Amino acid sequence: MKIDIRNLHKDYNGSGVPALNGVNLTIEHGELVALLGPSGSGKTTLLRSIAGLESPTSGAILFDGQDALHQDVRDRNVGFVFQHYALFRHMTVLDNVGFGLSVRPRNRRPAASEIDRRARELLALVQLDGLEGRYPSQLSGGQRQRVALARALAIEPSVLLLDEPFGALDAKVRKDLRAWLRDLHDRTGHTTVFVTHDQEEALELADRVAIVNRGQIEQIAPPLALYRSPATPFVYEFLGSVNVLPVDVRDGKAFLDGCPVPLADAAQGTDAGAYRMYVRPHDLRLSEQRTPGSGALGVLQNVRLSGGLVRLDLKLDLIARPIEVELPVSDPRWSDWKKGDKLAIAADRFHLFPQAA
Amino acid sequence: MSVLASARRPARVIPGFGITLGFTLAYLSLFVLIPLSTVAFKTIDMGWSGFWGVLTDPRTQHALYLSFGTALIAALVNAVFGLLIAWMLVRYTFPGRRLIDAAVDLPFALPTAVAGIALTALYADNGWIGSILHGLGLKVAYTPVGIVVALVFIGLPFVVRSVQPVLEDLNLDVEEAAATLGATRWHTFSRVILPAALPSLLTGFALAFARGVGEYGSVIFIAGNLPKVSEIAPLLIVIRLEEFNYAGATAIAALMLAISFLGLLAINLLQAWNRRRTGGE
Repeated sequence: MKIDIRNLHKDYNGSGVPALNGVNLTIEHGELVALLGPSGSGKTTLLRSIAGLESPTSGAILFDGQDALHQDVRDRNVGFVFQHYALFRHMTVLDNVGFGLSVRPRNRRPAASEIDRRARELLALVQLDGLEGRYPSQLSGGQRQRVALARALAIEPSVLLLDEPFGALDAKVRKDLRAWLRDLHDRTGHTTVFVTHDQEEALELADRVAIVNRGQIEQIAPPLALYRSPATPFVYEFLGSVNVLPVDVRDGKAFLDGCPVPLADAAQGTDAGAYRMYVRPHDLRLSEQRTPGSGALGVLQNVRLSGGLVRLDLKLDLIARPIEVELPVSDPRWSDWKKGDKLAIAADRFHLFPQAA
Repeated sequence: MSVLASARRPARVIPGFGITLGFTLAYLSLFVLIPLSTVAFKTIDMGWSGFWGVLTDPRTQHALYLSFGTALIAALVNAVFGLLIAWMLVRYTFPGRRLIDAAVDLPFALPTAVAGIALTALYADNGWIGSILHGLGLKVAYTPVGIVVALVFIGLPFVVRSVQPVLEDLNLDVEEAAATLGATRWHTFSRVILPAALPSLLTGFALAFARGVGEYGSVIFIAGNLPKVSEIAPLLIVIRLEEFNYAGATAIAALMLAISFLGLLAINLLQAWNRRRTGGE
């Protein structure tokens, strides 16, 4: 099902800060979308609004073009998975999964044997067959979350919403469930929206990632596009690490510490003035200083080995914080460099944002 | 050294088992078991035929029937409305909530005789509420109905205070989960909230019931105390004492004790069964 969200606002009484401040978002049929943002950004409020667990102050939510905002949560037919599972602890796993079917109005309620069959089928789908008779307290965290997912899928929801589904699980289980959820989505094809504050999770799992900040969508894009071309400084800083350098733009060139850095074609029309250059650590190039003016000069402060990468901290005169550069371990030069060496810095890929922003 | 010591006696992780068990037994003996056992001994003194005489006395039978019957009805009423009040106090925030919360405990604090007199004044035929009910042909004060009213008053805090923490512990997301799965409010209540609250509700019910059976102070004012109509068993015990019929008094007490014990045991077994059924917490 396609979900359209138009200019959604939500004010919590008294706080003064709106939880949602004009959200526009379209989620295509069968898409897997992540809502990613820092805590308090409004991502959970947005998800709960789609489910009908929160009432937005104004705006519109459309399911396949039909107004959903004025529909009760019971009638929206959404599958919702809570961070802390929210299982019914006095019911067996089987009864938990069958609950949604067993509370249907009598004329739409399947026979008890049919409910039983469907619940078992779903438990097989989430690889929990054999645990039908257990109670939630007898399951591990990962198993509980899979029961919660099976329970949500039992009502054949038109959209599946997950609120930090792996937030309460340990790292290993998280990784397993992530791959498993992606696989499940590919097989069942539910339109799925999930909230997370874990960027790795969002980038790995989602078709598109929406970055939520201060009650607004900063950017929505496929993971790679989001990482490579962040639309705002916030997205740049939120996703991965980034260096921020002050530059001056004039004559179609950016000047870092007085040294020219060539601008990409797309940035050729940039007005002259002061800008901030956002550049990823792995998009910076280092070279030993041979000729004057080959790049801005940095003093090597620190070299750290981290897995397949070498991280180097360099101090530039014009900013207080050292900048970070990443090189592959296979780069032969770094082992010769020592603390205090002066190295020239150049940037391959970067974005410029106006100084004032 | 420590290895040897632990080989002789398995070490417990939680210390102090011996001393706490000893204290518990001594304390229970001093305040509960020894006083209650004297009831049994005194009753044995009167012999089987004397006991049988008390047991078959219609006045005794009615008093026991009335005490347990009214306590049961009052505990049932409290179970329903106590759950409702606990629910409201947990789920909603509104001005004056703390005040209502505190007011629930008042029946604990008030001398029960005061409660009895106040309820009698209200429910007597010329009282505020009593006069209205009288117009409808209902008589509350000086009837078994009046006893139930007094016991409802006395027992309410037991139910509310037993259920409240459990409902607080029951996360809102469980109810939200039920709603997203399409459950109506009634289904959410009957299938999700009530089963979760049931063990604590049973506890509150048992406490309110036990308290109601033994209640004396508030009941004697509102009951009217007519033999075989509105005379409760604790009052009959006092009457027997005033007649210097100590054996007769303890015989009734022993009967009450036995019935109460069986009732509470049944509730405890029910709880244990329920715990086992849901795989414990």
